[in-house]
Amino acid sequence: MSTPEVLRFADWTTPVAPAAREVVSRLPEDDHGHPPLLFVPAPGRAASVFAEHWLGHAAGRGFSGYALSARPGGDLRALVHDTVQTAASLPRRTVLIGHGEGALVVAKALGRYPARAAVLAAPRLTPRFAVFAKPSLPRPAGRTPVLVVGSPDDRLVKPAALDRAAAVYGGAPLLFPGMGHDLMLEDGWAEPIDAILDWLLKELPVPGH
Amino acid sequence: MHDTPDPGDRGDAVCVVGAGASGLAAVKNLRELGFAVDCYERETSVGGAWNWRHDRSPIYAGTHLISSRPLTEFPDFPMPDTWPDYPHHSQVLEYLERYAKHFALTDDIWFGMEVTSAVPVEGGRWDVTIRSTGVGESSRVQRYAAIVVANGHNWSPVTPEIPGEFQGQTMHARAYKDPSRLRGRKVLVIGGGNTGCDIAVEAAQQAARVWHSTRRGYWYAPKYVFGRPADQVNDRLLRWGLPLRMRQWLYRRTLRLTTGDLTRFGLPEPDHRPYESHPIVNSQLPYYLGHGRIEPVPDVERYDGAGVVLTDGTRIEPDLVITATGYRPRFDFLEPELLDTDENGRPDLHLHAFARRHPTLAVIGLLQPDSGVFPLAHWQSVAVARWLRLRADDPERAAAVQQKESTRPLDSWSRRRVVPTQRHWFEVDHVDYLRSVEGLLDQMETPA
Repeated sequence: MSTPEVLRFADWTTPVAPAAREVVSRLPEDDHGHPPLLFVPAPGRAASVFAEHWLGHAAGRGFSGYALSARPGGDLRALVHDTVQTAASLPRRTVLIGHGEGALVVAKALGRYPARAAVLAAPRLTPRFAVFAKPSLPRPAGRTPVLVVGSPDDRLVKPAALDRAAAVYGGAPLLFPGMGHDLMLEDGWAEPIDAILDWLLKELPVPGH
Repeated sequence: MHDTPDPGDRGDAVCVVGAGASGLAAVKNLRELGFAVDCYERETSVGGAWNWRHDRSPIYAGTHLISSRPLTEFPDFPMPDTWPDYPHHSQVLEYLERYAKHFALTDDIWFGMEVTSAVPVEGGRWDVTIRSTGVGESSRVQRYAAIVVANGHNWSPVTPEIPGEFQGQTMHARAYKDPSRLRGRKVLVIGGGNTGCDIAVEAAQQAARVWHSTRRGYWYAPKYVFGRPADQVNDRLLRWGLPLRMRQWLYRRTLRLTTGDLTRFGLPEPDHRPYESHPIVNSQLPYYLGHGRIEPVPDVERYDGAGVVLTDGTRIEPDLVITATGYRPRFDFLEPELLDTDENGRPDLHLHAFARRHPTLAVIGLLQPDSGVFPLAHWQSVAVARWLRLRADDPERAAAVQQKESTRPLDSWSRRRVVPTQRHWFEVDHVDYLRSVEGLLDQMETPA
């Protein structure tokens, strides 16, 4: 992992231009003091993949759920920018949850924003075709606990890749055998999101609860 | 506070003085490394100098940022990208309030509480006396493991000593809030800093007549160069690592092409090279000079009844004199030797942050960079938090870091070639400075 980026010439000389970002949200009826969740899909996919099941389910369990459709055609830097901008716009320190290549966006964003926690779901941390490239991930800006979830039967992200991703953050992946890549859309969608929320409740005890 | 037997002993907790931008960053970054924090703020809200409601705030209605947004925001909490390049002071306050709320910092801030003294006691700990600024003025003493001072340095006005009597009205720029006070009056603005230039421009728009007195010629940079914020263009030169001489040459060239030659309007030629004084950024000043709305005049020699006599012998008759002559740092609650403060009131701190003889005393935000202060205050406070953590967890390594830091050359982080005035005590180049802080952070990196 690389150390935090102190000198940010790219941002200081050519800041990412603002762009329209669509944020879909499902909010719980009462505030339970939980941190908001920001779901980040893979580039090219829309917030709707999370709006389908996970957002509503999280709201049902007391978590404000937001999902981001980043700018179309944005490069990795722009997607990270959109993620951090959205997280910083939420009222509380946010939990970032990225899926597929969205997990790479989240992992990069962790170097820029001290997320309350982060979840990398079926993470594709190496760009496509770059089989041997080692992912260069920033050390999280905060003391952010990171959970990796995935399926040993995912044909896009192999178990070894899950192990590697989790090892970067000093953990082991949480596995959901029998599921494919799209954990949030398949029939068994409830199991991973419940496990993620349980993990959050364990990691981030709410004072007074 | 129930886990320590003595209610006055806060154990490993750290005391932060002030809840302005620097204090907020300190609270956040200390908490990040697991410290309990008590932050004391004499006002009843966050924002420090940027909160125009605070009686010590230097903000005036028309204040906008001098540095552009990307060079001003905290590195881990960006300002909205839909905001303008140079946000208004009310947006900066909104930003600080959102920062405090987002990271739940107000949980650890005691508002309406003023630190009146901090005294080192055994074990590097501090006895801090805190007094309520409200009714009753009760005071108490609490013991802390460390103290981080973020009380700002733009609140105690420096007023020039001008001999003679003046029958008109005088005020320091700190008391200047609203251009309506200038309407129809004859105004003399003293001071060529960013505030002096801002007020001269506002006076040009409102007053009947405006004189602008400066002691020397400065390099007046425009806010935009080639359609981009000037500081962003300047950082390209820094990114390419161009040597100072080359940057100075390019600076002169660029200024000649944009602002042009200001001596034609009667301003003196700068007596120093570019980058040797704090950057003055004002696009409107040359415009109003060219329209004759601002008359540049030399230094003031004395007051003379209804008039003001200038060093070139001319006598002018303003009815309002505004001294935009800056602020001085003040640490009334600390004995001067704790910060190695000299007889002029200038503290001598490693990286302008770490007390040289008190490892558990640090100051955040005591800087005059060629960028916004927030990013530097952020990394300063990360370094302070890491230092205090390392000192607590691994004293041996902390001693090694301290040893190594003591060999860091002064000119690697402090800009040495500057106009030798109080204005430039804390002048730093943000790139050089951040490189040095980064070097310190790397030394204290926890092994992965």
